[in-house]
Amino acid sequence: MPARILPLAITAYTATCAAARGLDAISEAVRERRSGLRENDLADHPLACFIGRVAVLEETRLPAAFAHHDARNNRLAWLGLNQDGFLDTARALRDRYGAGRIALVLGTSTSSIGETETAYRNLDADGRFAPEQRRAVHQPHSLGMFVQDVLGLDGPCLSIATACSSSAKVFASAERLLRAGIVDAAIVGGVDTLCGSVLYGFNSLGLVAPQACRPFDIARCGLSLGEAAGFAILERGGGANAHVDKSTPCLVGYGESSDAHHMSAPHPHGLGAQLAIEDALSRAGIGPADVDYINLHGTATPQNDAVEAALITRLFPLTALASSTKGWTGHTLGAAGIVEAVMTLLALERGLVPGTLNLETPDPACGPQIMIDNRERAISFALSNSFGFGGNNCCLAFARGQAA
Amino acid sequence: MSIDVIIEGIGVWAPALPGWQASQDVLTGKAEPQAAGSARPAASLLAPAERRRAPDSVLFALEVAQQAAQMAARDGRTLRGVFASDHGDLAINDYLCATLTQAPEQLSPTRFHNSVHNAPAGYWAIATGCMASTTALSAGDYTFAAGLLEAALLARSEDASVLFVACDLPACGPLADVVSCRTPFAVALVMSPQRDRGGAALRLVSQAAPSCPALAPEPALLHAVHSDNPVARSLPLLVALARGEGQTFTLQAGPRLYLELEISPWLN
Repeated sequence: MPARILPLAITAYTATCAAARGLDAISEAVRERRSGLRENDLADHPLACFIGRVAVLEETRLPAAFAHHDARNNRLAWLGLNQDGFLDTARALRDRYGAGRIALVLGTSTSSIGETETAYRNLDADGRFAPEQRRAVHQPHSLGMFVQDVLGLDGPCLSIATACSSSAKVFASAERLLRAGIVDAAIVGGVDTLCGSVLYGFNSLGLVAPQACRPFDIARCGLSLGEAAGFAILERGGGANAHVDKSTPCLVGYGESSDAHHMSAPHPHGLGAQLAIEDALSRAGIGPADVDYINLHGTATPQNDAVEAALITRLFPLTALASSTKGWTGHTLGAAGIVEAVMTLLALERGLVPGTLNLETPDPACGPQIMIDNRERAISFALSNSFGFGGNNCCLAFARGQAA
Repeated sequence: MSIDVIIEGIGVWAPALPGWQASQDVLTGKAEPQAAGSARPAASLLAPAERRRAPDSVLFALEVAQQAAQMAARDGRTLRGVFASDHGDLAINDYLCATLTQAPEQLSPTRFHNSVHNAPAGYWAIATGCMASTTALSAGDYTFAAGLLEAALLARSEDASVLFVACDLPACGPLADVVSCRTPFAVALVMSPQRDRGGAALRLVSQAAPSCPALAPEPALLHAVHSDNPVARSLPLLVALARGEGQTFTLQAGPRLYLELEISPWLN
């Protein structure tokens, strides 16, 4: 088991999803149990299903200086950076540490492939990309290049793409860069957008629900796809930085593992997921009994939820709280890790623990941990689970400031 | 800050570079590169059924991964994995985008799940039974350097052996208008935090400005063949490893970021 890590202070964070933009609006949507899911109204991808679409993206435009990065995914990144004053905070961070001393580690599953799909729909008479599409956006690192350009950062910059665990794993990579002293701070995050590849791809696997997703419900029949952006700033805490307040929430652990089982189905006993959870607890120096809340992967596919519910029932005390927040956001794929990290941090900081939207009759595999209703409760330690295709698992452990 | 690891195993598969053992004379200039197209790699680690389903990105990655693990005499199950690729599987992207314009409802579920950037990592974990962490990343033109840094850091911070694989494949279809890659190139390194077997010590130093020159592009023919593939930026490191001599050079790791690589002679 890995050794305990020094907690890293999360000195700023933000998220934008179908349910709301920015922290206060997300808290309000959670409190009011207001879902961001709607009937699919994407003109280019008329699949009968529900989606978590960020409504203003069609009208969002990048500033002229960054127009060559234009793609739905980078527009969502821009929208996300402009919530909660994150852009100004990130630029102040650059002034404090220097552009070369800050890492940028972002997660995405599909990056700008939606723009590549658009280019294919508009090929010229010779079957070639139209001139306006001959840009650098047609690659997985499009997101990293755009945000690096916007923030003017010169440190290590990578896009992590491990499907639905992508923007959870960014915290692990950033912790290693900070621990080794390669950088003094890290900006992490993730952005993923709705596109034809994922809508029809998940449909081809029979995993898309015709109605809004119902995580852990006995009648669940698949996921609802969504889109989201989220960002966070990691700095050394524990007295290493005088400007970091003791009440700042912390990343205290993470665990990463592989299922070694199947490309698109979870290990039937959740062994890989269990390894990731145990690894995260070990790095945090806590045990299952210390965990107050677990934000579950909870996609609402029959297999994921059965395996994850059984795992939670097996590993955690009956008093632990657990929920899936995908009823608010949809499954935002490569952004799920950061969005659910933000949901978890909000629960830690504001004492409002989200329940599971659209869950009516829990699957028999669910223990009492999995909640339907929200709870008002002060919590100290919380986990967030993210599991992806290829059997790629990540679990993050967070603590309320004074608890770390 | 410097990061020190021991490179214990090497794998390579590209035109004129069909495996590490067969490539060293070409890399050191003792033999002429046979620039004719290479065959698809055997990737014999995969079960026949999986080999049929697996896309080229998986075959190339698993071929070099297996070479490097064998040379290092490390069981694949014990290795953490870092898989780097600028573009992933361009043939699958071409298939997805073309199919979506014609018959989206007929998209192949297998090709969809093979389209994830971590498909090679997933197939590797399944083929070896590896439950350790695997990651997949992209950093544009700097993908090889970014992956090398991530892998070396992982080996040091986890005190564990790491498999690093970098692979990019030719563009096809309309995507070839915006992606310059025309030849395949796959490379793998197995690295450990301490020396307990043969290998070459590698010291990485991340810098805002280069402290020493990049290595001259040689052998020239290899560079000419592979200049459009971002993973071929590994060639100076491969040449240094093939020579088995000490060498220090710079690799660009970002628009304004550099990695100094100090490689020691190979010790058995």
